[in-house]
Amino acid sequence: MTSTMKPTAAHQDTALTIAGRTFRSRLLVGTGKYRTNEDMMATLEACGADVVTVAVRRVDLNRTNEESLLHFLDPDRWFLLANTAGCYSADEAVRYARLAREAGFNDFIKLEVIGDQETLLPDVEGLLKATRTLVAEGFTVLAYTNDDVVTALKLEDAGAAAIMPLASPIGSGLGLLNPYGIRTIKHRLSVPIIVDAGVGTASDACLTMEQGVDGILMNTALAEAGRPVVMGRAMRLAVEAGRAAYLAGRMPRREIAVPSSPVAGMLDRPTP
Amino acid sequence: MTELTVTINGERRRVPGPATAQSLLEHLGLDPRGVVVELNEEIVRRPQLGDTAIDDGDRIEVVHFVGGG
Repeated sequence: MTSTMKPTAAHQDTALTIAGRTFRSRLLVGTGKYRTNEDMMATLEACGADVVTVAVRRVDLNRTNEESLLHFLDPDRWFLLANTAGCYSADEAVRYARLAREAGFNDFIKLEVIGDQETLLPDVEGLLKATRTLVAEGFTVLAYTNDDVVTALKLEDAGAAAIMPLASPIGSGLGLLNPYGIRTIKHRLSVPIIVDAGVGTASDACLTMEQGVDGILMNTALAEAGRPVVMGRAMRLAVEAGRAAYLAGRMPRREIAVPSSPVAGMLDRPTP
Repeated sequence: MTELTVTINGERRRVPGPATAQSLLEHLGLDPRGVVVELNEEIVRRPQLGDTAIDDGDRIEVVHFVGGG
């Protein structure tokens, strides 16, 4: 199981821990929008992910003989993190969370309470209200939020087990729009920070991990890549690279150049 | 045997009665292990599916996990 796996030897790092549960991979992956279930599974494997998100929806009563998602996603191999995608109120999100928990895998929920259909940005009031309700019912709440540290602190106070600030809008592929905001959230909060939404390509994932966050979640960047399995491998490497660069401690930025080769020992220059 | 008229996933349907949540799932061809049932906006816990009666006019939601981000 995921919690007994050691971190990779390539760099000395601790495991991602959320509410006392450890995960080997800091790359969390969504299961939506793949061309086929086989593509999806090959991509998840290429990512080396442990945690995958799933949504809760009505069964199509006209297609009950189709293979269920769980036929492909063995719950012993993948940690199923249910989401409340598409919910626009606290009550709606709470209803979906309760349904998800009843499926019987775990009490984790990726809580989304959306405030605007065009941007899919969160409704902060609803998000806080739903967080409080679900925390009181014993859920482990991972809250999808914006890049505002005040909101993040309120969610932490409300009992969220992890904060998931967006890099940019869901499905936009715009990458990390506000590195300062994400760094600030990481600096000020105690719970794990997992950036969720808006990642487009490998450099976005690497840059995000360089901010020091604990993990990253992506879906569209993989599902809409020309070759999702190849992008999965790229993302796995990018997340590892970004994390290692963060742990290494980067050099300072400077506005002036500093030579890398010694100044001493140069030959005499001709006099002008 | 009677017929019940219920709403399942937003569709009005006639199902054979008497019915329980369990028998309804069987009638629909669904494996109880892969779905979650809500009856009149209350979740029916899996161990109670066979003991929960479905009445005429009930609103039932049957959900499952699908791919999502």
